[in-house]
Amino acid sequence: MTQQELAKLHNLATDIRIGALTCVHSASSGHPGGSLSIADLLAYLYFRELRIDPKNPRDPDRDRLVLSKGHTCPALYAALAYRGYFDPKLLNTFRHVDSILQGHPDMKHIPGVDMSAGSLGQGVSAACGMALAAKIDHKDYRVYAIMGDGEQEEGEVWEAAMFAAHHKLNNLCVIVDFNGLQIDGKITEVLNPTPLDEKYRAFGFNVISINGHDFQEMERAFAAAKESDKPTMILAKCVKGKGVSFMEDRYEWHGTAPNDEQYTAAVRELNDARM
Amino acid sequence: MKLKKVYELGQKIATREAYGNALKEFGAEYPLVVLDADLSKSTKTSVFQKEFPDRHFNCGIAESNMIAVAAGLAAAGKIPFASSFAMFAAGRAFEQVRNSVGYPHLNVKIGATHAGITVGEDGATHQCNEDLALMRVIPGMTVINPSDAAEARAAVLAAIRHDGPCYLRFGRLAVPVIHDEDDYEFVLGRGETLCESENDQVTIVATGIMVEPALAAQKLLVSEGVSARVVNIHTIKPLDEELIARAARETGAIVTAEEHSVIGGLGSAVAEAVCACRPVPVLRVGVQDTFGCSGPAKELLSVFGLDADAIVQKALAAIRLK
Repeated sequence: MTQQELAKLHNLATDIRIGALTCVHSASSGHPGGSLSIADLLAYLYFRELRIDPKNPRDPDRDRLVLSKGHTCPALYAALAYRGYFDPKLLNTFRHVDSILQGHPDMKHIPGVDMSAGSLGQGVSAACGMALAAKIDHKDYRVYAIMGDGEQEEGEVWEAAMFAAHHKLNNLCVIVDFNGLQIDGKITEVLNPTPLDEKYRAFGFNVISINGHDFQEMERAFAAAKESDKPTMILAKCVKGKGVSFMEDRYEWHGTAPNDEQYTAAVRELNDARM
Repeated sequence: MKLKKVYELGQKIATREAYGNALKEFGAEYPLVVLDADLSKSTKTSVFQKEFPDRHFNCGIAESNMIAVAAGLAAAGKIPFASSFAMFAAGRAFEQVRNSVGYPHLNVKIGATHAGITVGEDGATHQCNEDLALMRVIPGMTVINPSDAAEARAAVLAAIRHDGPCYLRFGRLAVPVIHDEDDYEFVLGRGETLCESENDQVTIVATGIMVEPALAAQKLLVSEGVSARVVNIHTIKPLDEELIARAARETGAIVTAEEHSVIGGLGSAVAEAVCACRPVPVLRVGVQDTFGCSGPAKELLSVFGLDADAIVQKALAAIRLK
């Protein structure tokens, strides 16, 4: 990737971060920490990786992305808006009555959302179903699912992992946002799901660990995932609240909306860091 | 729609058998994908598996994942049938059905077998008397409870042709075929009046395997000088409210009969409809507010008051309340 391409992705991720904060601020409700955490991953996926066409959001041959950690949909909505699925002005209606932008992803009403999700553990199972459908139909589309690290405490995640490996869904790539925090505190203190790499390897996955804010590592990981004969799990080390200094690595920002002053300061800091 | 005859009138066969046969019968024409949770020989999806091994997937003993996998298959254009015992399909995986199937209104069909107390010897942990209540409360869910093999077969086809989530309830116990397929048309959401006259004093509204004892009760009531109407409600949701309202209006008393808790199932649905249009006495035959127990299925039916005699007693009581 050239420096120019890297800068472009960084600035798109900044758009996504500001868009996500705009959602949460406009609603005075939502999940900023985990949204900022996955903004770089979403920028890479939606602007470089996924085979998609915003003009044809239901194309049967498209790649799919399921946001299994659905509470961080402010970042997903911002990515979809800036990718051209809908007007970014809608981000200001997040969680408002009559808005299409529901508090958790809603595939029925939001263009580009491939699966309704939010109840943790279920999205990854649905992604398995989509990957299985591709295998049945001999289609080459790929399915991506983004999960949280706290989400790994859900038993269904491991049911899905067994299923994916057993049915050889190598067209499935799950990404775990490994930021180490969940609502009640550190994942290692709430109910420790680690070591995730060893567990997924034991479940039959191709496991790749990356820095979830490094686009070049993403490029290598997603390319390697396509070469695997197993389903892939990308363990993305991320920083919750990434890009906004007073939110970084603080679980208190899991589900708290910024006030006007905090929102303005956050947007200024993000804009100042543009390339 | 009418189907070419497969089942003989009076033939004893469990609705789960008809389910497996129907999957195989319609699997050639429709892009069905069948999921099971390590119970394929019991749910009879193994019949489909034998014919279409490439479209049958075992999910192992992991029903929650199975239901959400079915949601993903439906989102990708398939018509998935996900099967397990009613206890696990509707019970354990309730929230997956609600959030991953119901909320996005995906085209998932849940084929739940071993419903009700006629599971028999396995006892209370496996006897699901709550599934109709659980599924009925999910917005947009179609809930079907066939009374015999002929109806089960037609219900599977109707579910395939219906675009949206469906819950189909099947039983383990062999029950007589009461519909003549040469002269039977299954219409989703439409109740079936099995016998009526102008002088009916009470209507027995039955579902599933209780339709046959309802017909027997009607004959017993004749010998008591009572004329009863018998209505078969195979589609619990959407309920044929018009037919129920007409029964309330014309006969003035209703008895419901189901192999399910008296809370939340057919009895509740009928009572809700009757209250809203023409309040008349509604008495409910079903499993009272209690768990089941082990025993041979047929014995359990009489132990739990799920037979023609119980329906007769409730019918007479309902008439007295008029």
